[in-house]
Amino acid sequence: MPVENIDIDALKAKALIYRKEILEIVTSAGCGHPGGSLSAVEILLSLYEYKIRHNPQDPKWSDRDRVIISKGHITPAVYVTLANSGYFSKEELKNFRKLGSVLQGHVVTKVPGVEFNTGSLGHGLSVANGLALGAKMLKKDFNIYCLMGDGEIQEGSVWEAAMTAAHYKLDNVCAIVDYNKVQENGPVEEIKGLEPLADKWKSFGWEVREVIGHNFKQLFGALDDFGKIKDKPFVIIAHTIKGKGVSFMEGDRNWHGKAPNLEQLKEALKELEG
Amino acid sequence: MSQKIPTRDGFGHELVELGKTNNKIVMVSADLEDATRAEYFKNAYPQRFFSVGIAEQDMVGTAAGLSLLGFTVFINSFAVFLTNRAYDMIRMDLCYNNCNVKIICSHGGLTVGEDGASAQCLEDFAIMRVLPNMKVVCPADELEARKATRAFAQTFGPMYMRTSRAALPVITKPEDVFEIGKANVLREGKDVSIIACGVMVSESLSAANILAKENIDARVINMHTIKPIDAEIIIKSAQETQAIVTAEEHQINGGLGSAVAEVIVKKCPAPMEMVAVNDSFGETGTPEQLLQKFHLKDVDIVDAVKKAIKRKNKI
Repeated sequence: MPVENIDIDALKAKALIYRKEILEIVTSAGCGHPGGSLSAVEILLSLYEYKIRHNPQDPKWSDRDRVIISKGHITPAVYVTLANSGYFSKEELKNFRKLGSVLQGHVVTKVPGVEFNTGSLGHGLSVANGLALGAKMLKKDFNIYCLMGDGEIQEGSVWEAAMTAAHYKLDNVCAIVDYNKVQENGPVEEIKGLEPLADKWKSFGWEVREVIGHNFKQLFGALDDFGKIKDKPFVIIAHTIKGKGVSFMEGDRNWHGKAPNLEQLKEALKELEG
Repeated sequence: MSQKIPTRDGFGHELVELGKTNNKIVMVSADLEDATRAEYFKNAYPQRFFSVGIAEQDMVGTAAGLSLLGFTVFINSFAVFLTNRAYDMIRMDLCYNNCNVKIICSHGGLTVGEDGASAQCLEDFAIMRVLPNMKVVCPADELEARKATRAFAQTFGPMYMRTSRAALPVITKPEDVFEIGKANVLREGKDVSIIACGVMVSESLSAANILAKENIDARVINMHTIKPIDAEIIIKSAQETQAIVTAEEHQINGGLGSAVAEVIVKKCPAPMEMVAVNDSFGETGTPEQLLQKFHLKDVDIVDAVKKAIKRKNKI
């Protein structure tokens, strides 16, 4: 869809709904990962509402673009996105993290729309590369998107994969780093800094774009540049805020993997509704 | 037993054969394809071969991604590097996702030889067989390695095969049927059952010959598949011979002996002895010297058989 035809206000309204539903299902489950889910809302919306070629009625369509959720713990955001996109009934969301539900704690392919089971960090980019190599062999023109966390890219396997993508000139791979600056035990820069992050990717042979990861126009612009660049893999470093939208969660590591109680949920929803 | 060939050669040659008719077979490699004989495939089908450099974790993930598009993906390395270093990727990407990826690892066991302990994998059966969805195979000779490679290509799901660097005598016959999970009785016997895999199958046959001279009639079973283990033949043999000896080029904990013991304990208690490496690392030496030093020779199997037979009727 041409970018000028996109109703940004409608997307912002959706982002608000997603954030509320993320908090509701995490509260209902009593556990989960709200921080990195709230930071990734606009990224996921940009992919599923704007960029990717997909058909929620036919999740296994062979020509679909593939989205690998390498930060597999952000199930609240992923499941809310997929349910709202029409992959499965929103009714199912209430079973998140419950015994017997398809909505497992970390993403699983039992959920329509999920491409790969993840949860251990540093796996997704290699898998994306494999899909990309295969797509080229089969002369298929679908693209592969890989959403990673910032703390995740401290894993060495990510950089093994980064070298492979550049070596094989995988211009059908778009990595997105949700750079929310906070990991489980504190600020990323204190624990093991990533900077200069853009230079790292550049030196590994990647085309880099940096955007504000909550700004739809910037995200669309970067996503549209991907595809124009030939013979190089493409990475979007999306600067985001962990816990975005809820002031008592923003930038606080304690909300990486903890559910709000009912009172906190009420307070958060009130703030989101403004 | 005149001819001796490493099982890795059987894998290498057979995959080239399979590639002729199956263009869905592709390979991801981590710079040891020369040693594992995967390079035969690389040379025959360069367009279906991808090296990721010395990056085993990346090799597994890349293979998983390729398999999602319907490819049958073979990966290879030394057993230590792939099964140990990339374990999380094998567990998550291949087993949890049930990907159609075949792990072929050479340099299993002490018979790696002079490279020493760092290269001698003695843990792979144990750590591979505990993974759901995984199948684990260790062929006894080159001929069987060929059949196992064919079975791998024809069967969906993650699988692990350990091949040898050392040249092994060809002890199976072309007409022997190879079925994953179905052991082969190589020699009938009524006094004891020796259950072995890989290198230790020929040692077991040799042990049976020694035992025959002492009027001990040993059955020899080639348990080429460690998972799923052939429980039926274990139960039958325990009932008929009342004594079991396992033999493997692996740590004594967790491998073939343990897999057999799990069946014996639950279904048919019988005296059992295990011939294996006794919870230690290997070292530098020739394959033959190492088998002797670590008590994995035919004579060691003979001793174990006698111990097991002595314990008969005491359980």
